[in-house]
Amino acid sequence: MIGSAGSGSAVEGTAAANVLEVRDLRVEISTRRGVVHAVDGVSLAVPRGDAVGLVGESGSGKSMTLKAILGVLPPEAKVTSGQIMLDGVDLVPLPTSALNRIRGPKLSMIFQEPMSALNPVMRVGWQIAEGPRVHLGYSRSKAAERAVELMRRVGIPDAERRFRAYPHEFSGGMRQRVMIAIALSCDPEVILCDEPTTALDVTIQDQILRLLHRLCKESGVSLLFVTHDLPVVAQLCQSVAVMYGGQIVEQGAVQQVFAQPCHPYTLGLLRSAPDVEQVRASLVPIPGSPPSLISPPEGCRFHPRCGFAELDCTEQMPELRLLPAGRSTRCLHYERCLEPLTAEGAAR
Amino acid sequence: MTGPEPSMPPEGVALAGPVSNDDADTGPLLVATGLKVGFPIGGSIAARLRHEQRVLRAVDGVDLEIERGEALALVGESGSGKSTLARALTGLVPLDAGEVKLGGRVLKGGRRSRADQRRVQMVFQDPYSSLNPRLTVGGMLHELLRVHHVVPRSEVDSYSRELVRLVGLDPDSLQAYPRQFSGGQRQRVAIARALALSPGLLVADEPVSALDVSVQATILNLLQDLQASLGLTLLLISHNLAVVRHLCDRVAVMYLGRIIEVAPTEELYASPRHPYTAGLLAAIPRMTPSDEDEPPAVEGDPPSPLRIPAGCRFRTRCPIARDRCEHEDPELTAAPGRPAHLAACHFPLERAASATAPVGATTKEQTSPSQS
Repeated sequence: MIGSAGSGSAVEGTAAANVLEVRDLRVEISTRRGVVHAVDGVSLAVPRGDAVGLVGESGSGKSMTLKAILGVLPPEAKVTSGQIMLDGVDLVPLPTSALNRIRGPKLSMIFQEPMSALNPVMRVGWQIAEGPRVHLGYSRSKAAERAVELMRRVGIPDAERRFRAYPHEFSGGMRQRVMIAIALSCDPEVILCDEPTTALDVTIQDQILRLLHRLCKESGVSLLFVTHDLPVVAQLCQSVAVMYGGQIVEQGAVQQVFAQPCHPYTLGLLRSAPDVEQVRASLVPIPGSPPSLISPPEGCRFHPRCGFAELDCTEQMPELRLLPAGRSTRCLHYERCLEPLTAEGAAR
Repeated sequence: MTGPEPSMPPEGVALAGPVSNDDADTGPLLVATGLKVGFPIGGSIAARLRHEQRVLRAVDGVDLEIERGEALALVGESGSGKSTLARALTGLVPLDAGEVKLGGRVLKGGRRSRADQRRVQMVFQDPYSSLNPRLTVGGMLHELLRVHHVVPRSEVDSYSRELVRLVGLDPDSLQAYPRQFSGGQRQRVAIARALALSPGLLVADEPVSALDVSVQATILNLLQDLQASLGLTLLLISHNLAVVRHLCDRVAVMYLGRIIEVAPTEELYASPRHPYTAGLLAAIPRMTPSDEDEPPAVEGDPPSPLRIPAGCRFRTRCPIARDRCEHEDPELTAAPGRPAHLAACHFPLERAASATAPVGATTKEQTSPSQS
């Protein structure tokens, strides 16, 4: 797969090139202990037909970003500022009724746990047919036809018969295929994916990733793919954004970011995970724990855990700044990340 | 249980010595033969009365040996029976058939005597549900040490402190409740709890899959250090083949209740013999993207363990299945010249052959012979 260098990471793109653009999004959750700044100024762009990965650990704000885009934030959370431009329309101020006309035909979502996202007492065929019935005004029989066709497209064998099955009769991989069929049912422009393969076995994950890749190519749908699994992003996506403490800390074309990370957190993620392709003597964990999002550290959010931190890192919060080749980083001393990897590369 | 209860000499506070509570023979630490574990699946009452109850064979005839001090991995997909096998070895589920011997002594399949419970201990996957939320870490360890008479009462405190230090926690954490810890720290507590009884074998069932990537590394490093410093014998259950490769000396691959391939780690990753293993390895996402237009490494879903295919159980998904596979159940047999590399396949893959599966990564290792 060839990374579409440049176009993927440019935040200030033209509306035509980027089907989805998030600009300076902020989400706050009020809790008894204070206000959690779950998403703190996130900007990202999904170019038409591309797959963009959004990676980070739990609590980094990646799922909240997705929920904000889809407009399904929990009641205690709210978008305090920013824009979510889908095809030139800002979704943030829209009322639910208007969002409901967009969710489905333009924007849809694949969840991590298909068993809890599917209706357990409704035949899967009718769950797939529901979208076309509601949004596209299909008749019952036409929608059913569409559902069977979609089930075939996502690789569910014996689609006519399986139409009448219930979710519990499906395996985990087949349920995720049903989810994908539902997401595709109204020909959306963007599908948001929240760790869609995390709950699956590795052989099934392989099947689902290949399916998503094929569907993207066939239908030109764009993906915003949230995961904590870097190799999955490397397989599927053209560009990637790394989140830490509610902010995007690095962005760029997948192959470049993973080969030559420009933020110590990305470097830390890459060095802490064991790699099937090469055995390392020991793994290098990232010391410390993720920051509190109620009172985040002053300056760079990563500096308490960063081996390269200097005095200036503790004083000012670094902005996401542009680097060559359409990449960007939030690190003041990103050049230092380049050294350890090259040293490791030389030792190989 | 007959025979004299082994006397329990106070083993002292020093944990640094090699963990040993086994008879002084030199064979493998654990020998399991012909293990079978089944779970009855509820049918109608009439079916039960007619003794036609359906049984899910989670473990269906497993032979396994674990050498002293080695780290053996058990890999496979969900439903392959790897967790059930681990639980059977730990004595958490009763055996339908077969025998588990640890250091020459037969361990019962179901409920074990206290002395036998000590010999195999387990670390569970989810540290959020495997620790008692109402006990402090100290309370947890104290109870365990008292019930099992591990050390004299007067030494319980110092021994507990030593244990938490061993897993890299602060002695103050003895006063803390599980909710006060992060996921990685909880898993450290779970490891301390398992090590408190100085078991001969530590079974770790997916110990890092509930943790974040950066935290996983700390637990993997801890297990590696403990193995080196205590001479711990480790059985690691995992679906993550990268973790396995990092930590283990030998790998056993399970499919539908059977072990279908066993080999030293590097050899297995470099030249798998069973087509399922080859597919499993090819399915791992890698940092260098593969050709996404290729068909998936392994097609289809695993069959239900209620309807295990006759003959070779992988034949329904196997790219090279032939007639013979339908009729004959393959036995685990060694590769010519490689006695440690066993596979249950009629047509095992040749050494250099990853031809049936697009294993991108193995090319690197194949240049250096990894036979030990």
